Amino acid sequence: MVRRILLAIVLILVIGAAIFVALGWKPAIAPVDRPQASAFKPEVLSRGAQLAALGDCTVCHTAPGGRPFAGGLAVETPFGTIHSTDITPDPETGIGRWSEAAFKRAMREGVSRDGHHLYPAFPYDHFTRTKDEDISAIYAFLMTRQPVSAKAPANDLPFPLNVRFILTGWNLLFLHRDPVADDPSQPEAWNRGKYLVESLGHCGACHTPRNALGAEKRAHAFAGGVADRWTAPALDGASPAPVPWTQESLFTYLKTGFETQHSFAAGPMAPVVSDLRAVSDDDVQAISVYIASLMGPVPPPRQQEGQRAVEMATQAGLGFTRGAPDQSRDEPGAALYASACGWCHYNADSKGSSFASRQKLGLGSVSSMPDPSNLIHVILEGIPPVEGEATPIMPGFAGSFTDRQVADLANYARAHFSTRPAWKNVDDAVKAIRSGKDIDRSASRP
Amino acid sequence: MITLNVNGRDHQVDSDPTTPLLYVLRDELQMNAAKFGCGLGQCGSCTVMVDGQAIFSCVTPITALQGRKIKTVEGLGTIDRPGPMQRAFMEEQAAQCGYCIPGMMMRAQALLETNHNPSEADIRDHMRTNLCRCGTQMRILAAVRRAAGYMREAKGTGQEQGTKS
Repeated sequence: MVRRILLAIVLILVIGAAIFVALGWKPAIAPVDRPQASAFKPEVLSRGAQLAALGDCTVCHTAPGGRPFAGGLAVETPFGTIHSTDITPDPETGIGRWSEAAFKRAMREGVSRDGHHLYPAFPYDHFTRTKDEDISAIYAFLMTRQPVSAKAPANDLPFPLNVRFILTGWNLLFLHRDPVADDPSQPEAWNRGKYLVESLGHCGACHTPRNALGAEKRAHAFAGGVADRWTAPALDGASPAPVPWTQESLFTYLKTGFETQHSFAAGPMAPVVSDLRAVSDDDVQAISVYIASLMGPVPPPRQQEGQRAVEMATQAGLGFTRGAPDQSRDEPGAALYASACGWCHYNADSKGSSFASRQKLGLGSVSSMPDPSNLIHVILEGIPPVEGEATPIMPGFAGSFTDRQVADLANYARAHFSTRPAWKNVDDAVKAIRSGKDIDRSASRP
Repeated sequence: MITLNVNGRDHQVDSDPTTPLLYVLRDELQMNAAKFGCGLGQCGSCTVMVDGQAIFSCVTPITALQGRKIKTVEGLGTIDRPGPMQRAFMEEQAAQCGYCIPGMMMRAQALLETNHNPSEADIRDHMRTNLCRCGTQMRILAAVRRAAGYMREAKGTGQEQGTKS
């Protein structure tokens, strides 16, 4: 009897393993010669350029100071470091010998041309929903780029995560291949926006929280997530922006990187907005329509908070959302703020100042976020200039201020440029970010 | 009273705690190497070192600096005995109007104190916050490379001069 049960268990395990292998094993797709540029229609190429910008390919597939699409960027994940690969048409290190079918399979299933599984740091869980003709256009665009020979550094992942085959299990659990369904009751722009946001745009990759296995929690879509140790704010009703976003303000922000009643795109959002400059107004408008609908109708208290923030920010002075600080209170951040921040972050008058677009702190979401990580990043690192682009700049204060002083400044900004309750454990958050670690977000929320 | 340690010496200062370090260095302590450029931490001419790191002294209040080690060009050497960074900038004739040079030297010093053998990319990346309007950037880069060489030599022979505070 015992032998029979043991035999049955072994049999089940063997069959299970066989099914797993059968599901996970992917054949190599035969290499092809790189198609000539003349094989693609010009209008397909220009559409591919826009779609590649929308998909932010270069944001991950470009190393600092490296050639676009040549890969090599180290992507830090909670599981280890993964390096993006070369997606220029180089025959050896890039995708020069990939057929369109191989490219489509990579986008849809997360499998390389030679059959090995790709890590979901590459958001194929979004690209799987991209339409055939859009994938074809991106393929055409990528295959006509300048080939760059660039071998990506090896990934740094612990066992068993370095065995790519286990992604079979991840895909079984989390790769939902249903297409983005149109909602006939919604306008065309909304449906277009939903498709772009949920497929190529892969907004949820940062703005949706992830589970312990690194998959997006679909039940909490757009509730806010993490991007490169910054907090990606919620895009649903929990949006932290002091002034509620509208379709118009989202469009201006996404198209130009700045919106007067909000703030600059900074941190990991800066390159996203930079890419969107190449995308048609119609598509950016569609994205804005859909995101605005995710945020939903604005309740009256949020409207009032927004109006108050705008009023304070248009008065001359430092634009404190909660009014001027009480001089009798001894606030350690006040002196630091006055001398380090106030030089730039003040309002000359309602007509603006020499910097018409200087950031009014009460309007940006950085002080109103559920945790202090983005504010700490900005204080320490500043906002570095982007070569060849007209972007905002801010000096970093990592060398000027101690951990204690950075925490004092962050607490001061929270107290005076937001109406939300104080953050907790800001000191720990500063220490973590300065030493290159992620912060414990739940421990720092009010 | 705030005590500021500049180039190894303590100074008692009774300026307002929000006063930027730059004003105190120039107006109270008569150390005129660091320059006022933009006053917004965007040009780098006011750069000095604090605890080994380059900072913008025009946007750093003295209240933040109690008990910390400040270093300025005056601490790199003297006219009679210039330190390796100063020698390198003179030999490469890196100054045209010279206004940005003290800031350039202090930012470069912060790099070379932790990295004696920086790559060209390291130097350019590190120096990007400091601007020169005359156009001597190539000479400034050459001076930083030369200074790195001097510091390596000095380390090799144990005769580093004028760089320790």
